[in-house]
Formats: sequence, structure tokens, C-alpha cells
Amino acid sequence: MAGLMAGYGHYTHAVVRGIPASLAKEALRSSQTEVDLAKAVKEHEAYVEVLRTRLGLEVVELPADESLPDCVFVEDAAVVCGDTALITRPGAESRRGETEAMKGALKDLNLNIVEMTDENATLDGGDVLFTGREFFVGLSKRTNQRGAEILADAFKDYAVSTVPVLDGLHLKSFCSMGGPGLIVIGSSEPAQKALKIMQQMSDHRYDKLTVPDDLAANCIYMNLPSKGHVLLHCTAEEFPESAKVLSPPSTFSNFVSLTIKHIHPQSWQEGPPSEQPNWFSGLDLKSTCLCCCSSCPGL
Amino acid sequence: MTTEAGSETEVKEKAEESAAEPDQSEKATEDSQEVANAEVEEKEKAKVKEKEEKEGKGISRYLPTWLKKQKSQSQTSPTKEAPPTEEPVSKVTQEEEGPAPEVNGHAEEVEEKEEVKSEQVKEKEAETHSNASADTEPAKEEKVEESAEKSPEETKETTEGEGAEEETKEKEGAVEAEGEAGEGQTSIFQSPLRLVRKNKMKLVVCHVTLLDGTDFTCEVEKRAKGQYLFFKVCEHLNLLEKDYFGLTYQDNHDQKCWLDPTKEIKRQIRSNNWQFAFNVKFYPPDPSLLTEDITRYLLCLQLREDVASGRLPCSFVTHALLGSYTLQAEIGDYEPDQPRPLDFISQLTFAPNQNKEMEEKILELYKSHRGMTPAQADTQFLENAKKLSMYGVDLHHAKDSEGVDIMLGVCANGLLVYKDRLRINRFAWPKILKISYKRNNFYIKIRPGETEQFESTVGFKLQNHRAAKRLWKVCVENHSFFRLNAPEPPTKARFLTLGSKFRYSGRTQAQTRMASSLIDRPAPSFERTSSKRTSRSLDGAPMISITEAGRESAENGREPHLELHSDSKSSLRVHGDNIYVRHSNLMLEDHDKTQEEVLKHQASISQLKRSFMEAPPPSPPQPNQWEKRLTSSPATIRLQQQQVSLAEEIASVLFSRQTDIGLYSTAKAACIFPEPPLDAVKTTSSAATTSSAAVCSFSAPQRPLATLSTALSATEVSVPQTEAATADNTTSDTKEPAKTTEVEIEETVVVQEISRAPKPGLVTVAASPPAAPSAEQEMREQEVKVQEEAVVVEEAKPRKEESISSESESEEEAEYHPYLPVSISHTQIPEEKEEEEEQEKQEEDKTAELQVLASDASSLPAEVIQPAEETSREEEESRKEDDTETEETEKTTNAEEEKEVERETEESTDDPMVTPDEAPNGLTLPEEGVTVIDAHAEEEEEPKMNGEPSLIEAEPLPQVICCSEPPVVKTEMVTISDTFAAQKTEIATKEVPIVHTETKTITYEAAQLDGNGDGEPGVLMTAQTITSESLCTTTTTHITKTLKGGLSETRIEKRIVITGDCDIDHDQALAQAIKEAKEQHPDMSVTRVVVHKETELAEED
Repeated sequence: MAGLMAGYGHYTHAVVRGIPASLAKEALRSSQTEVDLAKAVKEHEAYVEVLRTRLGLEVVELPADESLPDCVFVEDAAVVCGDTALITRPGAESRRGETEAMKGALKDLNLNIVEMTDENATLDGGDVLFTGREFFVGLSKRTNQRGAEILADAFKDYAVSTVPVLDGLHLKSFCSMGGPGLIVIGSSEPAQKALKIMQQMSDHRYDKLTVPDDLAANCIYMNLPSKGHVLLHCTAEEFPESAKVLSPPSTFSNFVSLTIKHIHPQSWQEGPPSEQPNWFSGLDLKSTCLCCCSSCPGL
Repeated sequence: MTTEAGSETEVKEKAEESAAEPDQSEKATEDSQEVANAEVEEKEKAKVKEKEEKEGKGISRYLPTWLKKQKSQSQTSPTKEAPPTEEPVSKVTQEEEGPAPEVNGHAEEVEEKEEVKSEQVKEKEAETHSNASADTEPAKEEKVEESAEKSPEETKETTEGEGAEEETKEKEGAVEAEGEAGEGQTSIFQSPLRLVRKNKMKLVVCHVTLLDGTDFTCEVEKRAKGQYLFFKVCEHLNLLEKDYFGLTYQDNHDQKCWLDPTKEIKRQIRSNNWQFAFNVKFYPPDPSLLTEDITRYLLCLQLREDVASGRLPCSFVTHALLGSYTLQAEIGDYEPDQPRPLDFISQLTFAPNQNKEMEEKILELYKSHRGMTPAQADTQFLENAKKLSMYGVDLHHAKDSEGVDIMLGVCANGLLVYKDRLRINRFAWPKILKISYKRNNFYIKIRPGETEQFESTVGFKLQNHRAAKRLWKVCVENHSFFRLNAPEPPTKARFLTLGSKFRYSGRTQAQTRMASSLIDRPAPSFERTSSKRTSRSLDGAPMISITEAGRESAENGREPHLELHSDSKSSLRVHGDNIYVRHSNLMLEDHDKTQEEVLKHQASISQLKRSFMEAPPPSPPQPNQWEKRLTSSPATIRLQQQQVSLAEEIASVLFSRQTDIGLYSTAKAACIFPEPPLDAVKTTSSAATTSSAAVCSFSAPQRPLATLSTALSATEVSVPQTEAATADNTTSDTKEPAKTTEVEIEETVVVQEISRAPKPGLVTVAASPPAAPSAEQEMREQEVKVQEEAVVVEEAKPRKEESISSESESEEEAEYHPYLPVSISHTQIPEEKEEEEEQEKQEEDKTAELQVLASDASSLPAEVIQPAEETSREEEESRKEDDTETEETEKTTNAEEEKEVERETEESTDDPMVTPDEAPNGLTLPEEGVTVIDAHAEEEEEPKMNGEPSLIEAEPLPQVICCSEPPVVKTEMVTISDTFAAQKTEIATKEVPIVHTETKTITYEAAQLDGNGDGEPGVLMTAQTITSESLCTTTTTHITKTLKGGLSETRIEKRIVITGDCDIDHDQALAQAIKEAKEQHPDMSVTRVVVHKETELAEED
């Protein structure tokens, strides 16, 4: 276990949750656009299919809960790193119930569960960016200082730096990891500002990949034992320019393309094959969400 | 100087005890001589008393140097040979040393004197001995061992001595200075024949707790320096890569402090408790680069303790993993037949919250390490430990500007700011331009970011002054160790900054790596022991482990604290220490420079030094000569000017030397006014006077040294000068001294890349005149300080001489450290490269070039300098002020005139804000004044006043500090923190948190402009008013830059007018205002505070 803190583990599991019908009307939204529920469900199915079939992950599918319209966004309910899962206390009151099912699922995966019981603390997983070497926690409308402190307590090995998120919902609304040591970042001013802060706060050096659209910066990077490095990102239809940046020629060689709306899994062999451990990441990619985690570190 | 003082104290003791025995030890000889000298001195004293003070200083400058040298030789590591010094030299030293104690006139001394006299006769007999003393030095070590027997005696002494020390300590600086002064004179008269006999050496038993929990006992001479003991310990440990380690002791306040290797132990520990601990001081970022396993082993031991005590937090899994490697390393492969492995494991401490589950996990992992050698296990241990986020982070409690509790973490990469467990900011070394502390405030000056134009200063409050100093020292050391190729010579630093001369004296990481790469010995065998660790780890650690109840005996009582620092007593300077971190160019330079270049560079540097220091006469030199050299050496001057480039140590060194002269005055001022409030006024004024004098001399390099010496040595002398310079002002000020209170506090000279020059001289002009009369009292204090500085200079000297022999010397401390010839490893690349760094690189390269040129051109000093000067000039010219003095005068005048104004505080600040009053040229910016503060930075060069062309440019570039808000947290910005949007527009305004109330922009009265008529192109930076119920505060900031005769000065004047319609505690308000102003501009000095009290509110005419 030399690789105890070696960054990303291998992805073995994904936790997802179904889309409740209440999503369309009751979910918390930042814009008023209509949600095509049927389409969302279809996309989600495709997404899960990719995870399961295409990527070979063990997908834990939690049933949707109509009383929890946002429950599909599982990323916010927990943060998993190494053998520890921190069950969050979401900033939105209406979402607090989402953690229950998540906790159960993660327990079943033999993770050490840490719960955030402090009533003054709020934390959305969407504000937590784990780079493989450290955590950045966005202080946003949904996440406060106390929440970040608890996270720091839960993952003592890592530095936890706070980053103010002035614009947008979550820190990961405009950035995410695109690979070991690679941060995918949107080009908006708030995004760039946040990146600067992260760079200043870090003892490590990261490469950055700037995409034209902030939303397109929301990717999922996975290190799969069988497939190597995989990046799930937006489709060209959705964000043509960003997709270009994210697509093989520019970033990665050799990718597996999936034509699922919004989602593009890719794999490439380039880049360091190293950086092992375990990482959980959720993706809040439009209507899709994901929670990956590996099995317990091979201690 | 502290060191010296201490020795003297000892001397006294020794004299008392056993002066009679003819001992060969050099020290003894010295002592006896001292005694003799003392006598002589006494007599002379009466005669020359007055002169002593003046001249003595000049002389004293060098004397200490010699002393130091000798001491160092004698006391360094056991292994080190003490090269025999020339006899004449030694004599001089001895003579010099002697008299010091008496000068003080402490009761003790008096007593001693009597004894001394009786002894003297004997001493004469011993003359022969003393002469040879230098040669005998080598014998010292042997003696030490011999003296073991005598230890009991010593102990007594120690006790006594300690007490004495304590008493004297505070006055040490003064004593020393005076003593030296006395010596200087004495020595002149004294015949070499007066030698004394020596006393026995006193040995003291030191207990050092080692990392494995064992206790190491050894005897050291009582006056031994820290490094002697440290080397002893390393020898005992068979450790070669020792630069990562250090000794700690517990100070009177129970704080762990690093033992300064260059100083006497006795003077540091301040108690009779010769108890130390051997610890890792610098955690190597990559332990795999260490050369020897034994080094890694020791590092492991330290980390195990860090982890077990909870100082190095880690997760459950990591605890288990580290524990398993520990087991593997210490007891080898897991043996299945072992009866109850868990019981065994549970007796060891691995974590603060160790429990059964963890122990099981440890065991499980331990089993899997089968076959791993101890060295491999240690390596694995370190590989995991080094990734922990708190690895090598030295935490200090502090508060941010808003009083929020935070932690400051010093590490290899820079300074980290934590709130609770969260990192809220980080300042990488390359981002930091300057580190300073002032009282309990700790400041860092930040390099402006890409989008920022100006530097910002971030301040933190520490618990107390000691804590601030400790933090500062740790920063200095860490920066030096991890970022520099070679340590910065301490001397120079001192000058640049008024405060402590402290510098990291050991080898840097680069050097130590280089050195250890040369280690050629079979891997030493050592035993890894776990048993000891068992009991030890718990002490002091806040952990409670259920399992371990019984086993934690606090045997060794070693508790590693986060706070490691050596708290060296800073003699008189209460004020503040500043260190200028030249932006870590060095590392970067390496890549670009070839080894050869480096060598060349160093050679040229040493050459410079040589020329600078040339042939100091062995016999007591004329006071003036020294100064002359300083002044006259062209190289120095130029270098100074180059401050702009700053990057090179050398440059700064030279600079500092020169500067110090001028600075001393500053220092005094600083010392004098630890607390700016009204009381200090008188004192201040005197200080100002002095400083002005100094300035004059400083600025006019061409002037015969006499000036300098005068300034330094004789307050009286300086006064006249000052007066002359200030003549205009004097008149007005003097008239109403009572009414106008002027406090001048001069701080540090900042040498920044940006080119900030010695501001020492600035204030003086205006203030000095009034002060002069009252100043005399202060003068003495000042003198003392001056002398201290002088001492420093002397110290520098020896080095230079040494440098002749070895080129590499240029940057290290003479005494301590092994000079590594070009020892710089280029290999080292800071882990993180920031974009900034890259950018900086270029800058630095340029700088480096400049500097190189300068050094090369040492012979042709003037030309070299020019580029720098020009640059600075250009910058400054924009806001050029023809007549700085005029301004000052105006100020003074205004001050008086402004009686209407209830209070005026003027402090010198870096901030370019100027008081509206004076700023005919000024721009007005709304500033949000914290409470009430006018910071006035006045940098005036008196030389101009005198009409002497000064070659030297003291360019105080006032830098506008803009508050760069560190992205993340408000926590960081103390002084200049949160900005209110409105202001931002303005140039480089500091944004100050408004306390309460509204901000208004005020238009200013013309009244003060009178003086300005002369055409000062000052700039009014800001003017703002804050109104609260009962109080109206108007703060105006005025910046003036003057370029005269190659000198440019920047003054920042802040005027604060507090108007109250009800009862206001004016004094309090003023004190507050000053305090805040100082906090706001930590790097500027308050040169003057003018307070006008008026019952009635009136507009200024």
C-alpha cells in the first residue's frame, strides 16, 4: 500500500440514483428552462449503461425517491476518498434526505462512514474537488466553512483548501479533474479566478485545460483497471467548442466514443499510467449523475 | 552582541572564582586581561569619560570582531581545529574584551574590580601566557574534557552566573557597547604586557534527549556555543547529514526554541537548565534524496513521534501503514510464533488515538512487509509520511487582522495560513518579498501578482513579541535553508534591518546535499530501537490512548512542539526585525548559471569584500579609519544603489554594511520608541537628531569617515550636524517644543527588489531641531545602540579577511560554518513551480546579471551602480520633489500652525499616501482610514541638505501598497485588508477596513501648502473622512518623492485629524492612530508624529 495517498484509485464502483418524476417540477433549479423528463430519463439510462457495460463498473443503482426531487444528483450526498466516505449535509434543506440511501449504499461497500452531524455545517459534494493530492472545497451557497472543516477532519492526510465560489452553484460547476494533475476549467472569469486561487493555495502543480464553456468543464475522470484513463465529458452537440478541446486529438489519444447524449466516455492511454488509489467522484452532468468509488484500498 | 555580553559576564564570574590559576585556555587569559583592562579603564574612564562615548564607539566597532573570531574558533565543533591566530591579534582581542564589564558600573562589576586589582599583580606574571594564548587555543578542547572534574564547581558558577546574566542581559547591549568603547580606548594605552592569568574553564553538563528517547550527556565549556554541543551530539550519533537537525531547549515560557549554533548556549537558555532535545529542524521534502540511512532513520524517529503525538495528523489507514513500517524497521520480519503480537503492538504508541482496531490493522499490514529490510521499511515510511499535508509544517498560533484565530505554518515551500484545519491561504517563498516583525506583529510583504501593481503587506498578530520573533526566525531559517543556495551573511542583514541580526547560519539544503554527496564512508551501523520510543512518545502529547495507560512514562519528556525557534535574546532592540527575502532567485539562477559563473561571481564578491575590509590594523585602529573604509569603499556604495536589483545576497551585504551606519540611528529610534505614544515624544526627537546626523554621513559617502564616526560615536557631534541640516526647521520648532510633540520612529530599511532604500535619514530633519536639547538623555541610549551596530560591523570584518583566503566564504558566517567551496547544488528544484516563479526567473536573471556586474566592477564602483540608480530615479522622478527638506520644514511649520487640528499624527509609511495638507501636488484619494492614522513616510536625505553631493543613492521608493486581496481569505490581510469597492479605483491605495461610519472624501486646506511653495511635487494620494457619532477623523495621505544628488527619497505623510464634538480621550485616540498607522505600513517607519491639541476646532489656515 505504498500508494496509500497516491491520488486516484482504480474505479470499481459507481453509485447512481434514478430520476424521480418530481425532478421536472420540484427540483431546485437555477434557470427556468423546461425539463423534458422523458428525455432526461432516457439519457440517464444510457449513461448508466455506459458505466456498466462500456466501462465495466459495478453500478449500484439506487431507486429514485419522489420526495427527493434532486436525488439523482448523488454527487452531493457523499465524498469518498480512500476507504472513507463522508456523508455530507447538503446545503439545501430539501436535499438532506438524500444522504440516507447513499449512506446505506456506501456502507454496503465496506467503506468507513463518517457522518456530518454538526448542524452548523453544510457541504455539497459538488463543492469538493479532489485532485489526487489534496482537496479544494468551494465555499458556496451550499457549502460553508464548518462543512469544509469536517471534511478536513475526515481526510486528515490531505490538505484541504477553501476556495470562494462567488458565481455558480458549486465549485465543480465550472471545473473538475480531467486526469491526474489536470484540471479542466471553464473560461469564465469566476472560473479562472477560482483556478488562480487554487494554484496559489497548492503546493502542487497542476496542468489546466481550459474549455470555452463552464458547463463543459464538468467531466468525470476515471482510472479503470481494464480501460486505463477514461474521461466522461460533454458531447459535441451540446458544447461543440468545448468538446473539441476535450476530444482526443487535443487532449487524449485513443478514445472510445459513446454517443450518449451529454456524455462521452473516452479512454486514452497517454498520460501517466500511475496514480493509483481510490477516488470517488460524482458527476453532475446535466441530468446524469454518478458516484464512483473503488473498493477498499488494498490494505 | 548579546553573545559578547554574555561572555563578559562570564568573565566576571571567572575572575571572581579563580583568576589565580594560570590556565592555558585562551579564554581565561582573556578574562584576566579583561580584568586588567578594566582597571586601566577605570582610571582612564574618569579622564576620558566623555570622549569614550564618542570615540569608543568607533573603536569598538572592530574590537568585537576579533573577539568573536577567536571565540568561534575555540568553541566550534570538537572536530574543528582552531587555527592559531596571530599573537598580536589575540592580544588585541583580549584587551578589548576585558574592560567591558566595568563600564557598566553594575554593582557586581565593582566588586570584581577590587578582586581584579589584587589579581592583577599575578596577572602580570602571567603575561607570557597570555601572549601565547592564541596559539593555545587548540588545546582548549582537551581542556574541556579535563575540566569534567571541575564540573561541580561550574555548576555553582552557572547558577551564580545565570543570575548575573539575567540581570545584565537586558543591559547587555549597552554594557557591551560601552565596554567595548572603553576597551578601545584602553587598549590604546594599555601595554601588551598586561596579561592575565586564566581561570579554569568551567564545564557544564548538558543533557540532550535524543530522538530515540535516550539521554545523551556531555560536558561543554560554559561559554560554548550552540554548535559545539550540537556537533558533540552529532558525533555521538555518528551523523554526518546534520544540517536537517537542531537542538531545542525550553525557554522560560515553556516554549521550545532552537538553540542558535552561533551563540553561546548559556546566553540562550537563560536558566540553569541545560536540558536539550535533538530534533529535526528542516524536514527534507524528499527524504529519498538523503544520502545515508542513518539520517533517514533519525528522520523516521522524529516523524514517529510527530505522528504519535498528533502533531502530524493522519488518517486511520495512514496511521496503520506507518505503524506497520515502523514495526518492520524496528523488529524485523513478523514472526508467526510470537505469542501475542497484539499485546506487543499495543505497548507501542503509533497514534494519538490508537485503538484495538488500529493495532489489528497495523499487525495485518506488518505481516505483509515480510522480507523488507529496516532501511527499506524506513524509506517506505518516509515516502508515505512526506505526502502528509502537514509534513514539515511548523505551526504557530496567530490572529488575523480581524482577530480571528489562525495558524501560520512555515514549511519548505513557504508560509501557510490555516484556520482550524483548513488552509485558507498560502504564500510561497517566491511570493514573499520581505518578512518582518514588530512587537507582536508579524508581517510579510507580498510580491504583486500579475494584475497588481504594488506589493501588499499582510500582517498577523502573534501572542507576544517573543512568539513573533520566533516565527520570524523560523521563516528566515526555512527560507534560507530551502530556497537559497547559501545562507545569507547575518551581518548584512542586521544592517538592513534594524532589529535582530539573526540569520540562518547553517548550510542550506542545497549545500548540505552537495556536501552529503561527498560523504564517503561505509554506511555506519546503528541500532534501531523501539523500546525506548514506547515510553517516550506519550509525554507531552495530548493523546489519550486507552491501551497504553501504563506504558507511557514520560521518560524523556520530549515533546516535540510545533513551535521551534530559537529565541535569541535580542538585546535592546525591541523593535522589529526585518528580513528581506530576496526573492528566491537563487534557485532559479542556478539553472542558468554555470558552476563556473557562480565561482566567478563569488570570487568577485570576496574581492569586493577584501577591498572593503582591507587590512585592519591589529592594534586598536583609529575610530575614523573604520568608517572611512566603509564610506569610501565605492563598491559598497554602488551596491547599495543597486538595491533595485536586490537579488544578490552580496549586493545586499555590502549594502547593509554601508547602510548600517546610517541605520544605526534608525535602530535607535526604533528602540527608543517601542511605543509611539506621546511619552516618547522627547525621546523621539532626540533620536531623530541622531539619525539625522547619521544620515548625513551616510548620504555623503565622500565625506571623510569622520562624519560617520561622529555620528556613531558622539551624539553631541551629531546634534550639531543635525541642527545644521535642519537649521530652518529648528528655529520654528524650537520655539514651541512643548506644544508640538514630535515622535519619530524610524524603522527598518527595506531592501526590496523594488528598490527601497534606507530611509533612515528621513525624518530627522524636521524633528531633530526641537529634540536636540532634550535629546541628550536619549543620546546615551542611542549610543549604546550605535555601538552595537559597530560591533556588528566588526564582525563582518573578520570574515572579509577570511574571505581572502577562501573565496567561497562570501556568503557564510565566518564562525560557524564550514565553508563549502561553491557548494551549491543546482539540482534542487523547488517542487512547485509556479507560473510566477517562471516569470520571476527572468527578472531574477536580469538582476543577477546586474549584480554580477557590480561585483566584478568592484574596482569601478560608481559605474556599476548607475543603472540601478537610474532606474530608481526614473521611477521616482515622476513624483520628484526638489526639496525634501523644505517639505519637512513645512511640516514642522504646519504642525505648529495647525494647532487647530486637534491631533496630527505623522508616521512614515511605505504607503504613498500623502497628507493633503502638504500636498499641493497631491491627488486626493478617499481612503478609508481604520481609525485615525496618518502615516507619513518621510525620507529625506540630509546630505542634500548639507549640500554635499552624495554619490550614494538611498532610494526609498515608496511603494504604494495595494491591497491585493489574497484570493481566498480575508484572514490574511491584516493591515491592508478588505477593500471597499469605492476606493479601489484609486491608484495604489491601501484599503483599510473601515471601522464604523461613513467615508467622505475631503477637500483639503491650503494652509499647509505654504511650505510647499518651493515646488515639491508631492502627490496627495488620499483624503478621507470617517465620521462617527462623536468623532470625525480625517486621514490624508501625501506622498513625496525627491530626487536629489542621486538620492531619492520618498516620504509618505499621513495626517490624521481627529475632531470630536464631545469628550474624546485624545491620548488614547492618538495612541490608537499611531498604532494603526504602524500596523498599516509595517515596513515604513514612523519618523514623526506631530500632535496638536486644540480645544477649538478650526480649519487650518
